[in-house]
Amino acid sequence: MAVPVPAAARAAAVGGLAGFWRQFRRHRTGVFGLAVVVVLVLVAVFAPWLAPTDPFTTSRAALQPPGTPGHLLGTDHLGRDVLSGVIWGARVSLIVGLAAAFTATVIGILVGAVAGYFGGWADELLMRVTELFQIIPRFVLALIVVAFFGSGLVNLILVIGILSWPQTARLVRSQFLRHRTLPYVDGARVVGMRAWRIIFVEILPNVLAPVIVVASLDIAQAILLEASLGFFGLGDPNLRSWGGMLNTAQQYVRIAWWMSIFPGLAISLAVLGFNLVGDGLNEATDPRLREGA
Amino acid sequence: MSGARGSKALGAYALERLLNAVPLVLGVIVVNFLLVSLAPGDPVTALIGEYPAPPDYVERVRAQYGLDAALPERLLRYLGSVVRGDLGFSFANRQPVATLVIERLGRTLLLMLTTVVFATAVGIVLGVWAARRPHSAVDRGATGFALAGYSIPEFWLGQILILVFAVGLGWLPAGGFRSIRADYAGWAAVVDQVRHMVLPMLALSFRYMAITTRLTRASLLEVMNADYILASRARGLSERRVLWEHGLRAAALPIITVIGYNFGFIVAGSALVETVFGWPGVGRLMYDSIFTRDYPVLLGILLLVSVSVILVNLLTDVAYALFDPRVRY
Amino acid sequence: MSGRRGAAARGAHPGVPGGAGNRGVGEPEGVAARATDVPLGATPVLELRDVVTEIRGVRGLVRPVDGVSLTVRAGQVVGLVGESGSGKSMTAFSVMRLFPTKAARVTGGEILLRGGDGRVRDLRTLGPDALRAVRGREIGMIFQDPASYLNPVLTVGRQLEQQLQAHGLGQGADARIAELLTDVGLSPEVARRYAHELSGGQCQRVGIASALACRPALVVADEPTTALDVTIQAQVLRLLARLQRDQGVALLLITHDLGVVAEVCDHVYVMYAGRIVEEGPVEDLFARPRHPYTQGLLAGVLDLLEPKPIRVSIEGSVPDLVRPPSGCRFHPRCPHAMPICEREAPPLLPRDEGAALGHSACWLHDPGVVGAGVTVEPGREDGP
Repeated sequence: MAVPVPAAARAAAVGGLAGFWRQFRRHRTGVFGLAVVVVLVLVAVFAPWLAPTDPFTTSRAALQPPGTPGHLLGTDHLGRDVLSGVIWGARVSLIVGLAAAFTATVIGILVGAVAGYFGGWADELLMRVTELFQIIPRFVLALIVVAFFGSGLVNLILVIGILSWPQTARLVRSQFLRHRTLPYVDGARVVGMRAWRIIFVEILPNVLAPVIVVASLDIAQAILLEASLGFFGLGDPNLRSWGGMLNTAQQYVRIAWWMSIFPGLAISLAVLGFNLVGDGLNEATDPRLREGA
Repeated sequence: MSGARGSKALGAYALERLLNAVPLVLGVIVVNFLLVSLAPGDPVTALIGEYPAPPDYVERVRAQYGLDAALPERLLRYLGSVVRGDLGFSFANRQPVATLVIERLGRTLLLMLTTVVFATAVGIVLGVWAARRPHSAVDRGATGFALAGYSIPEFWLGQILILVFAVGLGWLPAGGFRSIRADYAGWAAVVDQVRHMVLPMLALSFRYMAITTRLTRASLLEVMNADYILASRARGLSERRVLWEHGLRAAALPIITVIGYNFGFIVAGSALVETVFGWPGVGRLMYDSIFTRDYPVLLGILLLVSVSVILVNLLTDVAYALFDPRVRY
Repeated sequence: MSGRRGAAARGAHPGVPGGAGNRGVGEPEGVAARATDVPLGATPVLELRDVVTEIRGVRGLVRPVDGVSLTVRAGQVVGLVGESGSGKSMTAFSVMRLFPTKAARVTGGEILLRGGDGRVRDLRTLGPDALRAVRGREIGMIFQDPASYLNPVLTVGRQLEQQLQAHGLGQGADARIAELLTDVGLSPEVARRYAHELSGGQCQRVGIASALACRPALVVADEPTTALDVTIQAQVLRLLARLQRDQGVALLLITHDLGVVAEVCDHVYVMYAGRIVEEGPVEDLFARPRHPYTQGLLAGVLDLLEPKPIRVSIEGSVPDLVRPPSGCRFHPRCPHAMPICEREAPPLLPRDEGAALGHSACWLHDPGVVGAGVTVEPGREDGP
């Protein structure tokens, strides 16, 4: 089992950004994913300027098919513009996806680092909790918590984030288990460095690459979970989200296909984008895969 | 390292896994209990929903959970009632939650099991196909399909399937469990049932199929490079037998694991798909319960589903041990 | 089955590493050198003629086997020695056209095999089905790392049964498996075991059983003892030699262990950088190595009782096969290198007048290139 030399890993992390991009660029699907993500971000940021109308503005022109003047993608049962909904929905998905994945990553790193670095009963306890969180179906639990505590944006982010950290925790733990016996960590201990410094300054930068991979996949999962909750009618009631649009579309599937096609396409593309970026990052940062390519 | 590994040893192993699962089940119950206790507002509301319940029932709930007692005591009482199979009472349905859920469980299991069998079979075939010629057009197609499967939400896929096959082509019914108006009997009833099941099953299969395809491909590509594959070719085995008897047997292990450990996801998926297709199972019950704020039903389902995930994981471990003689037990 | 070699174990061969004195002459399982036991004229079971094997790699086309010719006669044990990377294992894989990597292919030459029915076929032109029928039936193969060549999730018995079934010998397979396992010194009960329940030596015994399962005419063994404990190595080697003798099967033994060659082989081929540099009857070749490479090898191990990888005895490293040296591939490391060695590859020249003692590929033997008397005597510490 080859253990990566931390110094080299750090050098790669600091000076190898160009090299990393060279690696990443070789995976066409990853580049495609990145392009999707960039478009998504641009749409979300410039939503107010891109959207033809306010997404909540109703009109008499209800259930108009795509191509209707002023409504490129048609209107829903209340005459709201579908295109505007899809554009504003990008904001909700992106904010929830990024913030929830960030929350999950932070929790995962904390739990994993403590469990992996200290071991013993802390490890035992934390891993039991992690196991518990992995076993309880995320969607069902999220559903109940959101139903109890309300489905505002912040609630959604917290709930999804708090339910999504186990994978990161396990990954970070296994990395810490490996690194804590390496000479450079011993060295840091010998010179009397404090545990938290060793964890965050010495070890963490060396194990961050796979964590980032998981984080980008987490974004995809969070977007999917938010959309599922929205489809169950548990999205933020004050925002138009893709999941929520599909919830209303459900009753009009037979007569207004456009209500369901476009928001669903948007979800799929966004999730695909982050999944592809995650795959690309994985292949670009995994030295084993790189050699095999 | 001894060769004696009878069924007794396997039984002991299963028992050990079972004992391992006990704290998890307790943990699940505690989480459930905490949800009730931490819910905003009156815990009674959390337990019976926002229903105009008769005062004597409100009092009974208060007593049952000892809502004025200390937290640990309440937890113990809650534990006791769960052990007795009491998952609470649904006011929206005027039935005990346990009865309500069990009544619908069969239909959900029917959908889920068909899906697992179908998706696994197709996924394995696609994965084998892709692994045969890595980086070929077939392989790229299968990989692309797998990526799509990971990304497309099953409830949207369900709507698309309805649009195409029910609304557009009119081949299959758009939803429901069986035809209500026509009263089929015998073979016709079976056909009718299957026709209703095709679309929900396809919608639910997609993600699972993608996972299995990708995994089969990856494990086969790895396994087929193993030394013992070379050796079995050197013994004169045909490629077909090398693939099915050596390759897939080894690849079966990760597949079993993934089927088991993804059980939770398929539960979530079936809730969404049942909602799209009006399939009267546990998932649809969940959806309805959100609207009626029928919290006891939601909590009961959470408990049931969590415990069954634990159980499936346990079965997975045992199946793994059966398949792989290297697992020590 | 034939007792033709029973009492033929003979005395010392001067110059053979390890010396014959180390072997018990009267030992029942004693595997003494026996170069003359097999008549030179015995029918060839396997004949490689100018075989070329190429691997298409990331860095370009590599030829690990570059025009190798060798003959294995009925009942003979032929050694193929070389350092790692010399192409000796790839030569072994080329025999059945079965490689650990999909990128490798036999691209030239002939692989002539005399089957059980006496018919000679060129395996290089055989279709996949006919080739499959040869594998495991006409030719048995023994691999280096015994444990990894057994499927961990199938019992030993099942894997042997698969082989018998694949060749239409499924009837009475159980009895045959029991017999095979007994033959290799294992209990028939081992059939129910998995690889992880067996020791390395036991796994290799299973490997030998599998190689012999369909009574092949030829067994190809690729470093069959390298991965085993030193104490087990001798046991397994002795078993292999005894079964070879008893069953009259021809054996092509790939090894980097000259001690093993001295102990069990009749004839030996020395390979360097994809080519045969010298071949001949073991005792003569070991007594009078003609090629500087062989001389170096033997000089390095001459006084060692313990076998040692040959790489150690020679200066420099294995040449890069993507861009092999010009002319004689050994010239960059050769103490006797001459200008011509760099320009032109030497042909295989007879080691003696009648060519009964094999060939050596070195310009030193060409009277047209150098005068007589330049040949270097063995046993001297040649070169730097």
